[in-house]
Amino acid sequence: MSLVPTLASRNLFHDRLRFVATLIGIVFSVVLVMIQMGLFLGFGRMVTTMIDHASADLWVLPKGAKCFEDPSLLDAKLRDKVTSVDGVASVVPLVIGFSDWRLESGETTPVFVVGADLRDGSLRPWNVVEGDVRALSQNGAVIVDRSYYDRLGVSKIGSTAEIRGRHVKVVALTDGIRSFTTTPYVFVDLKYARTYTGTFPDRASDLLVRLKPDADRDTVLKAVRALVGEHEVLTTDEFRSRSRSFWLFGTGAGAALFAGALLGVIVGTVIVAQTLYSSTKDHLSEFATLRAMGSSNGYIYRVIIYQALLNAIIGFVIATAIGTVVVEMTAKSALPIVITPWLIAALFVLTVVMCVASAIGAIVRVVRIDPATVFMR
Amino acid sequence: MSEIIIEATGIKKTLGQGAGEVKALRGIDLTLRRGEFTLLMGPSGSGKTTLLLVLGCMLAPSSGTLTVCGMPTSGVDKEGLARIRRDHIGFVFQSYHLFPTLTAAQNVQLALDIRHERGRKAGKRAREALNLVGLAQKADTLPGELSGGEQQRVAIARAFVANPSVILADEPTAALDGNNGRSIMRILADAAHQRERAVLVVTHDPRVIPFADRIVEIEDGLLVDTGSGGPERLHLPKAAAFRP
Repeated sequence: MSLVPTLASRNLFHDRLRFVATLIGIVFSVVLVMIQMGLFLGFGRMVTTMIDHASADLWVLPKGAKCFEDPSLLDAKLRDKVTSVDGVASVVPLVIGFSDWRLESGETTPVFVVGADLRDGSLRPWNVVEGDVRALSQNGAVIVDRSYYDRLGVSKIGSTAEIRGRHVKVVALTDGIRSFTTTPYVFVDLKYARTYTGTFPDRASDLLVRLKPDADRDTVLKAVRALVGEHEVLTTDEFRSRSRSFWLFGTGAGAALFAGALLGVIVGTVIVAQTLYSSTKDHLSEFATLRAMGSSNGYIYRVIIYQALLNAIIGFVIATAIGTVVVEMTAKSALPIVITPWLIAALFVLTVVMCVASAIGAIVRVVRIDPATVFMR
Repeated sequence: MSEIIIEATGIKKTLGQGAGEVKALRGIDLTLRRGEFTLLMGPSGSGKTTLLLVLGCMLAPSSGTLTVCGMPTSGVDKEGLARIRRDHIGFVFQSYHLFPTLTAAQNVQLALDIRHERGRKAGKRAREALNLVGLAQKADTLPGELSGGEQQRVAIARAFVANPSVILADEPTAALDGNNGRSIMRILADAAHQRERAVLVVTHDPRVIPFADRIVEIEDGLLVDTGSGGPERLHLPKAAAFRP
């Protein structure tokens, strides 16, 4: 085995204070990038959570609808037209919208009402931990997430409140259906949703289209698009992509997260570059000795890059451990940080690239070493 | 006549520019032969170190030709010169220049490592080289825990472990006491005589003269004597000399 790893690691660990400072820089940088990107992924998932859980192949949307929460409405009569298209199995209207929730104490809080046809099961509440979804068909029945107990002033099944002056009663509880807007979702049956949201009976927010098993999706898509005129027809993937794009980039939230991540990369690169440069400067006479002995520049580069890689690996392992703790801590929060294996792999590559790029300054310094200096000392 | 390892012909070297220009070497002709232990002596500022740098392929001469093991060095780029140093020349420095974080054995092994000689065999060779300089028991010791003489012996082991054709040493006894200086010179003389290398030692320490086969004197950038050496030639008091 080459002595390069030995020399690099001894150089690195020789000055422990500087090594710790370097690690802090890398860990800070990687954790910052990890959290920013984890928030980005978490946000990206949350904004499409309703789309992800809807049982639909195609979505008929009001023209220009940017996301699931878009308040635009379309003509509910389109349902009959779309149903008539060859290959369509069912078309279910969805009525959604913001409304006011009045607690028993008299306070009010905004809620986001999601009304779907429960018999069809197109968008049923999931993760139901208490109660029965079928009870939602009762007049005034609602299902809420238990993480919103305080916000909604409820404490158990059977708790009551008012939506737009209508008496409602909690019939079931879910776990983990949280809104990134912090406005609680309230599931109701379609037939009551219009009342709670003030939607006219001939209007609907979206139409969820399910296809027959043997239907060709693209063919049906074209046929429905031709039929609905100015309204839009998207596949579930397209609608998911549009929603993400709107919330992440249309609102600037994604850009802010990316800017934070970029800041992390810059800070990390600068810190590692500074410490590597300073370490290299401290070991210049050793590198000059190597050069005088006849070592190639490549050999010296390898020592420096190995130092950078050691920094990267150790820093990354610590940062990942911290990131895992943060993920656990935010799992039940309004905006959980999501760290996927792909994100970990990408962050590892980023950390390595960041550390190796940081070595460039040190390498440029070493290139200028005159081996003759060893005879002058 | 033994084989010529280094041949310098008409070497001139000018350092600095304009008003600060110094003609450090002004036409040096010198050959170093296998099995010969040569001392290069001269007063401070005479050009000893500059000549050593030129002979060691670290400084390009302003004019003249230099061949190392039959290879001309003019026109060779920095990496090429590094390759010549790596393949043919071992260096011993006045201030040892050992790597403080590596053990004695690893310091020696480094000279093999840069030549891509690795693994157990390289480790064994490094320990054998340390054994030859009497430091086998200190192989796993860090330089900071060795005396000056021991550090210089490690440096010498590092210089010859890869079996170079020539060893160039710069004031190797300057920082050492009498016993250590004698021990170092004996090792270097053995390196020349028993291992058939050319050894050139730059020094202004007259105590090392008894070990030399040849003494070359330099003054103002010119060789003033390239004679066959010996302490009597310089009228050195016997008591002042390291005795071989």
